[in-house]
Amino acid sequence: MSSDLQDQDFTDELEHDEELWNPGHRACAGCGPALAMKYITEAAGENTIISQPTGCMEVVSTPYPESSWGTSYIHNIFENGASVASGIEAAYKAFDRRDPDHLDVQDSDDLNIIAVGGDGATADIGIRALSGMMERGHDVLYIMYDNEAYMNTGVQRSSQTPFGASTTTSPAGDESIGNDTNKKDMTSIAADHGVEYVATASISNPHDFKQKVEKALEIDGPKFLHVYSPCPVGWSYESSKTVELAELAVETGLFPVFEMEDGEITSVNKISDRKPVREWLEKQGRFKHLFDGEEPSEEAIEELQTWIDERAEDLGLDA
Amino acid sequence: MAKAEQNPSEEQKVMKGTSAVARGVMAANPDVVSAYPITPQTGVVEKLSDLVADGELDSEFIKVDSEFNAASTCIGASAAGARAFSATSSQGLKLMSEPLFTAAGMRLPIVMAVANRSLSAPLSIWADHTDAFAERDGGMMQFHAEDVQEAIDHVLMGFRVAEQVNLPVLSNFDGFILTHVQEPADIPTEEEVSEFLPPRDPEYTLDPSDPKTMGAFARPEHWTEARYEIQRAMEESKDVWAKTVEEFKEIFGRDYTEYNGMLDTYHGDADYRLVALGSMCGTIRKVIDEYRAEGVDVGLIRPRVHRPFPTEELREALGDAEAVGVLTKEMSPGYESALAGEIKGTLYHAENQPPIKSFVVGMAGRDITASDIGAMIEETMEASAPMAFDEQESWPQLREELLADGGD
Amino acid sequence: MSESEDPYENLTITTGAVVEPNTSRVNKTGSWRQFKPVINVDACIACGQCDTYCPDQAAKPVEGEDYYGFDLDYCKGCGICEEVCPTDAIDMIREEK
Ligand SMILES: Cc1ncc(C[n+]2csc(CCOP(=O)(O)OP(=O)(O)O)c2C)c(N)n1
Ligand code: SF4
Ligand code: SF4
Ligand SMILES: [Mg+2]
Repeated sequence: MSSDLQDQDFTDELEHDEELWNPGHRACAGCGPALAMKYITEAAGENTIISQPTGCMEVVSTPYPESSWGTSYIHNIFENGASVASGIEAAYKAFDRRDPDHLDVQDSDDLNIIAVGGDGATADIGIRALSGMMERGHDVLYIMYDNEAYMNTGVQRSSQTPFGASTTTSPAGDESIGNDTNKKDMTSIAADHGVEYVATASISNPHDFKQKVEKALEIDGPKFLHVYSPCPVGWSYESSKTVELAELAVETGLFPVFEMEDGEITSVNKISDRKPVREWLEKQGRFKHLFDGEEPSEEAIEELQTWIDERAEDLGLDA
Repeated sequence: MAKAEQNPSEEQKVMKGTSAVARGVMAANPDVVSAYPITPQTGVVEKLSDLVADGELDSEFIKVDSEFNAASTCIGASAAGARAFSATSSQGLKLMSEPLFTAAGMRLPIVMAVANRSLSAPLSIWADHTDAFAERDGGMMQFHAEDVQEAIDHVLMGFRVAEQVNLPVLSNFDGFILTHVQEPADIPTEEEVSEFLPPRDPEYTLDPSDPKTMGAFARPEHWTEARYEIQRAMEESKDVWAKTVEEFKEIFGRDYTEYNGMLDTYHGDADYRLVALGSMCGTIRKVIDEYRAEGVDVGLIRPRVHRPFPTEELREALGDAEAVGVLTKEMSPGYESALAGEIKGTLYHAENQPPIKSFVVGMAGRDITASDIGAMIEETMEASAPMAFDEQESWPQLREELLADGGD
Repeated sequence: MSESEDPYENLTITTGAVVEPNTSRVNKTGSWRQFKPVINVDACIACGQCDTYCPDQAAKPVEGEDYYGFDLDYCKGCGICEEVCPTDAIDMIREEK
């Protein structure tokens, strides 16, 4: 490689916009959830309070005394991101009514209150807090960033881990094809709470995701977004492939992208020539065991494909 | 003691303990109330709901799904700058334990009324102090009320001190004995309280006009100092509390100033001194009167504050006793009751170490009778050091005949 | 860790360990990098795809130019920019340090 390329350095000549998700965060190279945080802050803007439960995004962004956040931000514990946000929202309702001069707080009209949790913090341990927040109708946008396992603690299985994935608590072995459950459907759960706006998005399509964040923030009351965010470490692939794997999950139908309004599906990002899930599986180390040519592995891939096909049918995913 | 007269005066009202506490909370005018029902606390949430429904109380009342999220929503509200209140008991307090420890670390002055009740299993709804003691090391200030009036006043003074030292408060009052009693009490009005309790003025809020990051994690280089700040705030809270009880006396006339507001005594210089928390002290006082009439010099030292621990005050109040008897409604299986251990620890490096006997009594609502107390006074009078470990503490109300193998 | 390596030697802990915003910029993650992105300025069409997909805010327009460059203070060398560039204007090269 020629040495002038080795020396290429534009660091001091770059135009930076004001960023609300700052570099210096300690997410692994190529982290999908870190992209989700970037898009959320870009879409929401500075008039935002973020509540975030424990997990990778919290840990990488807030080692005392540093913070990657330009918005107001609070982390409390692993299973209460939604209720901390609920409490903040209730406080602003009280402030709106009581107008406490001494506090110097704004009214809540233009304020965005967003809870952003991982799949574990949202769909598993924090589902009570989330259910309460949605059922009571707090004006909070909840965003689940889904990297399909508990990454912060070293890749343990969650209820969002796909069928067949080997994780540290669903390891593949002679008697195991890896994780033996399909992804829990959080969108239906949210919609069944009467949440007016529920949608999925992928970090591979930031424009779509950001539009959904903006749309959600226009609505009063609870909103739920599920954003697909690959993790190179937990899924075992090269860090450069994050966007590609997110896109392939969409193109295979493993992760359908759609919107629900008032409980009805109102838009689906249709897929023409939906790819077989194999194409996505074979690019990740966590599914390596499924390609040993043995019968149980073939059956496992078939089972996952069937689950995807059935959901695709339900959603009318195929163009 | 600032016990209410048994015949209510002009200003006094007779109402159920939980309603009286709820009315006291109303006078503090919290921005956010978030609580979940559990016996024997339920009356507090119900009354607060009523007050909000009737437009008497202008708080946001969050009808939460659990105590866990009662504490969690209070944390969000308090971080946003709100004055937040909750109430619970027993299993509910356990469920709050994890968020409450963080409220202390994040220095959020949430005030809670805790209607004390035993912890399962076996399940029981009746009063003792195992719930409060299980949260002892979380960084929450803890007060224990003897009567309904104190339960109200401790909440009000709790807000005042909590918001100055940035620590959460658990204001304990015994389940049923105080929650369900009809007692006359002064309910301070919002105007009176506003003079005593200025609006909360937090150093940081979450308002995006001045964004902050709260709840960062600390590495080993910083964690010790961050958590040590709770220890310092507890120390500081002693002075703040002493001033608070003085100001409270000036405005409301009720005098809690003895021993800097930390202890309340009854014949506190007697030869033999009992130590106990909360409502059982009412009965203890009566038995003390009887024994004194017989010429036995016995008195009572009642810690009003359990965290911060009244170390200096207890050294002064107990140092020159002939013997001390600690009556406590909690246990620490595998050792002795926490209260006895703490009092011994406090006296260990003091000038004098009176012999100390401790008694685990009144567990899960077991009635403490005058004759139980008499027997404990007599046992205390016999106490002398050294003692074997199994002589230090006894369970005078234990029905040994119910134990498997008769307790052998 | 030795005392002198602690960038926060003179730090005082704030009440509740509250942190100021935007402060992670002191942490220069560029030191993590093994491969570095380089841009072929002639091939770059300034579409901004690299900027859009960089998790570390490290691919940005070069001031006064019609091409993008990389912030080597923060770039972790993940290679996403190379993958998403529609004109193959970015190469990841092993960095000689
Ligand atoms: C009550 C409790 N249980 C367990 C943990 C340990 N823990 C912290 S983060 C985490 C997993 C987070 O997973 P997820 O929400 O999916 O976020 P990710 O790290 O994958 O981004 C676990 C198990 C904890 N902090 N608190
Ligand atoms: S483990 Fe995965 S999710 Fe966590 S920071 Fe690393 S890449 Fe991101
Ligand atoms: S290599 Fe990764 S971190 Fe570096 S500029 Fe490209 S996308 Fe950003
Ligand atoms: Mg996860």
